[in-house]
Amino acid sequence: MYNFEFEKPSTVADAVAALAGDEAQALGGGQTLIPTMKQRLASPSKLVSLSGITEMQGVQREGASLTIGGAVSHADVAAQATDYPALAEMAGHIGDPAVRNRGTIGGSLANNDPSADYPAAALASAATVVTNAREIAADDYFQGMFDTALEDGEIITGVKFLVPQAANYQKFVQPASRFALVGVFVAKHADGVRVAVTGASEEGVFRWSEAEAALDADFSADAIAGLTLDPSGMIGDLHGTKEYRAHLVGVMTKRAVAAAD
Amino acid sequence: MPKDSGIGASPKRREDVRFLTGNGNYTDDINAHGQAYVHFLRSDIAHGTLNSVDTTAAAAMPGVVRIFTAADFEGVGGVPCGWEITDRHGNAMQEPKHPVLAEGKVRHVGEPIAAVIAESLEQARDAAEAIELDIEELPAVVDMKAAVAEGSVKVHDDLTSNLCYDWGFVEENREAVNQAFQDAAHVTSLELVNNRLVANPMEPRVAIGEYNRSTDDSKLYTTSQNPHVIRLLMGAFVLGIPEHKLQVVSPDVGGGFGTKIFHYAEEAFCTFAAKACNRPVKWTSSRSEAFMSDAHGRDHVTKIELALDADNNFTALRTDTYANMGAYLSTFAPSVPTWLHGTLMAGNYKTPLIYVNVKAVFTNTVPVDAYRGAGRPEATFQLERVVDKAARELGVDPIALRRQNFITEFPYATPVAVEYDTGDYHATMDKLTEIADLSGFDARRKASVANGKLRGLGVNCYIEACGIAPSNLVGQLGARAGLYESATVRVNATGGLVVMTGSHSHGQGHETSFPQVIADMIGIDEGMIEIVHGDTSKVPMGMGTYGSRSLAVGGSAMVRATEKIIAKAKKIAAHLMEAADADIELKDGEFSVAGTDKSVAWGDVTLAAYVPHNYPLEDIEPGLEETAFYDPANFTYPSGAYACEVEVDPDTGKVSIERFSAADDFGNIVNPMIVDGQVHGGIGQGIGQALLEGCVYDEDGQLLSASFMDYAMPRADDVPFYSVDHSCQTPCTHNPLGVKGCGEAGAIGSPPSVVNAVVDALQSAGKTDVTHIDMPLSPGRIWAALNS
Ligand SMILES: Cc1cc2nc3c(=O)[nH]c(=O)nc-3n(C[C@H](O)[C@H](O)[C@H](O)COP(=O)(O)OP(=O)(O)OC[C@H]3O[C@@H](n4cnc5c(N)ncnc54)[C@H](O)[C@@H]3O)c2cc1C
Repeated sequence: MYNFEFEKPSTVADAVAALAGDEAQALGGGQTLIPTMKQRLASPSKLVSLSGITEMQGVQREGASLTIGGAVSHADVAAQATDYPALAEMAGHIGDPAVRNRGTIGGSLANNDPSADYPAAALASAATVVTNAREIAADDYFQGMFDTALEDGEIITGVKFLVPQAANYQKFVQPASRFALVGVFVAKHADGVRVAVTGASEEGVFRWSEAEAALDADFSADAIAGLTLDPSGMIGDLHGTKEYRAHLVGVMTKRAVAAAD
Repeated sequence: MPKDSGIGASPKRREDVRFLTGNGNYTDDINAHGQAYVHFLRSDIAHGTLNSVDTTAAAAMPGVVRIFTAADFEGVGGVPCGWEITDRHGNAMQEPKHPVLAEGKVRHVGEPIAAVIAESLEQARDAAEAIELDIEELPAVVDMKAAVAEGSVKVHDDLTSNLCYDWGFVEENREAVNQAFQDAAHVTSLELVNNRLVANPMEPRVAIGEYNRSTDDSKLYTTSQNPHVIRLLMGAFVLGIPEHKLQVVSPDVGGGFGTKIFHYAEEAFCTFAAKACNRPVKWTSSRSEAFMSDAHGRDHVTKIELALDADNNFTALRTDTYANMGAYLSTFAPSVPTWLHGTLMAGNYKTPLIYVNVKAVFTNTVPVDAYRGAGRPEATFQLERVVDKAARELGVDPIALRRQNFITEFPYATPVAVEYDTGDYHATMDKLTEIADLSGFDARRKASVANGKLRGLGVNCYIEACGIAPSNLVGQLGARAGLYESATVRVNATGGLVVMTGSHSHGQGHETSFPQVIADMIGIDEGMIEIVHGDTSKVPMGMGTYGSRSLAVGGSAMVRATEKIIAKAKKIAAHLMEAADADIELKDGEFSVAGTDKSVAWGDVTLAAYVPHNYPLEDIEPGLEETAFYDPANFTYPSGAYACEVEVDPDTGKVSIERFSAADDFGNIVNPMIVDGQVHGGIGQGIGQALLEGCVYDEDGQLLSASFMDYAMPRADDVPFYSVDHSCQTPCTHNPLGVKGCGEAGAIGSPPSVVNAVVDALQSAGKTDVTHIDMPLSPGRIWAALNS
């Protein structure tokens, strides 16, 4: 690790100001950033911790949406997002207890790891990513592996999930990291079904529109039995070929539909 | 009634108190006054010419003490190899120099090029980044068959090829074996890979070099399974330090699994640099470094063929194996695919003719050496897979086929040079049938199928050879070391005992089990006995712990030394009671004169030895301390039968192990609980190899599985509760304890049953063309096989 400055502001405004410097970086739970720094693969000159900002905490239900503060840990989502059981369940299976107690939703969405779980949940839930500057619809937010609509220094202060009528997340783990080899979040909303897939594509999280259309017509596992996904854009690595991942997307989608409640 | 002390009892492990309360003393816990830290700059390419290493800018960085490159090691020896193999044609293996720091070329990712010593580790790392390397990248060779093909890139320019040796065993049997295959009624053949593994002990390697300028003594703290071997190899072959000027200490060591047997460049470096800088130098491996610098294990590619007659008797076995050595020869690397593998190819069967061919190959990868089981898992895997395949081809029950071919008469001389002293393979198979509830399998399969899952049963046997010996034989086989063990038993005046053993405990629980033996021999409380190990200045000599040798060899040395103690103590007791030596009996810590009510206590005798007022000074010396060296007459041969039941999810290819049963014959058992633990751990590692672990390089020699993010270790929820039994006991006939060794059995015996079970599951779904899947049986591979 290289040396860095450390600040722990207590308001979003102060955090934004602290992040204005060139090499400053926000620190959520540090579960991605700290290991990267220890490996000397990142060298921010300053870390701005978001963990002391009260306005970024809390899980709140407002009508049809559930708003989660940007600095809320995975463990808190698992325990407190009771109005959205599929989301709580998903958060409760991220990494291990240490990761869940430190890692945050804002950090996960900002990082947008192609195998992370939250991106699938956000995309399937038609969530809105709320930042210090604006609100970004999930459909516009995810822009490819590790790439998002966030500007430099922009902070995710919260995430507004649209609580679906029924939902489920199925995660098939990569055996070493236990990130998703393929994860599928299915959410049935009043205005249609959304199917978001993580872990599988070289473009990061994506919506499987053919499955959505089929499920709009008939929300059952059988409705998507005949669908296949083109393996060409899938990730192929030592844990699974492109074909295997494409196949797993189908299996996990079916399972998620069957389990959705 | 289970005993509560002595041999056969299961007292809780006394060392666990300090381990579990954070009071262990591991090498990294040691900090020497004034120590500096070393960071190794390691190659990030697999193969290249080192044109220059410019340390000028780096040397001027803050905190830098000194930077070393190969130039500083001129006149210093290379890291030695401890075993020389003679090939089929009678020629010595090709043995390249293994420099401490890369000389002229880098040959694998992770090879140390330069070493920066600084006041802090971070400063050393900062400075290492400022070293300017001019490396001209060369094409790398990773695949073994490509490496030995005409025109391959050479890992070592000064060798004639990448072939280390071409070994034939037993070479004289070659023609007869080939003839038997021509005469066979049936031949089953199988090509398979024994996957490359990274041992990943919980504690990474650490080395601290110290130098005492006033006495010219050097000291090395290191995470070793055999500190005396390190002292010898490093002192004599690398640094030229005589043993009396070099102390090697391996305190608590957090797991070894073989990978901490070997002498590593970092150890020699820290010892050398401590003298050069006149201050202690510490290196603690990061986990990332461990992946690319600890010796890896396994990595064989094999074709095995089994010949059977018309009655399904095995008539001959022929194997053709490529064994990866990596870029350099690690300490015992050449012995693993040869003497620790070829000699086990008979397994539990009376196959009369066997021929094993092994080509050991250099590649641009991390050196490969012994890993839990070392050679025996590779032998067992191929044999038990091919027997299973033969049963399937012949349409016979795989257990019946095994039983039919079992060796039943002991001692049994195999056609691959070794003689099994004892065993009862039917007994362990019977026991397995019972504990695995094999008769209930069909019902369990039906239940799984009803649940949409495939269920498979895999059974296998294994034989293994522990406590490699005797020294004169292994010397003929090319070992450059003896394979005895030593023990000194020091009895104190007040009756307590210290045993200085050459065995080294790095998780095995010697501090608990060794006292159980002596407590029984003398009849005193285990609490009066202390085990000392891991320090060359305290223990006279030691070959260390590997190959499941500690109790069989080190324990036997301890028994021999204790016998000498008892013999002398009896003389003292005879004098005290004015009786003849021959009439003295020792029981429950009391010496008595046979046929009388005269007795003296153990403590009276030990006190007399050190306060010899009333003492036979004219016959014996005062004091009570004895040393014994024990060189076994033979290996010991544990054996067993294992069964694995899996469920396979046909949609995803995911395997879940539903049941795992192990019936082992370890001869006599000293501490059943510790034996259970050893078997559990071994099976866990075997399941890891079978389902999860795989060290993968890309074709450029980049290590793809370079961290736990990509190298999958087994976790608790990957394994079932095991059913383990070791009530079948045919004691070893040639060591005083009748013990055999249990440390590696689990890792040797478990991979074939897992693979046999998965193949069985797939076959049950009508995939009759799937006769083998290479490990690790990842879901993706199984799905591909299901959809082939
Ligand atoms: C062992 C292990 C296992 C894991 N397993 C999983 C898993 O199964 N599934 C999964 O999804 N993830 C997994 N993770 C990742 C984990 O969820 C991380 O917590 C998460 O990816 C990053 O969140 P963080 O709060 O720790 O962010 P940090 O590491 O602190 O930061 C990550 C990045 O996000 C930025 N950032 C942080 N917070 C904000 C914010 N509020 N606004 C804008 N930018 C911000 C940082 O500047 C940095 O660039 C695992 C991690 C580990 C170490």
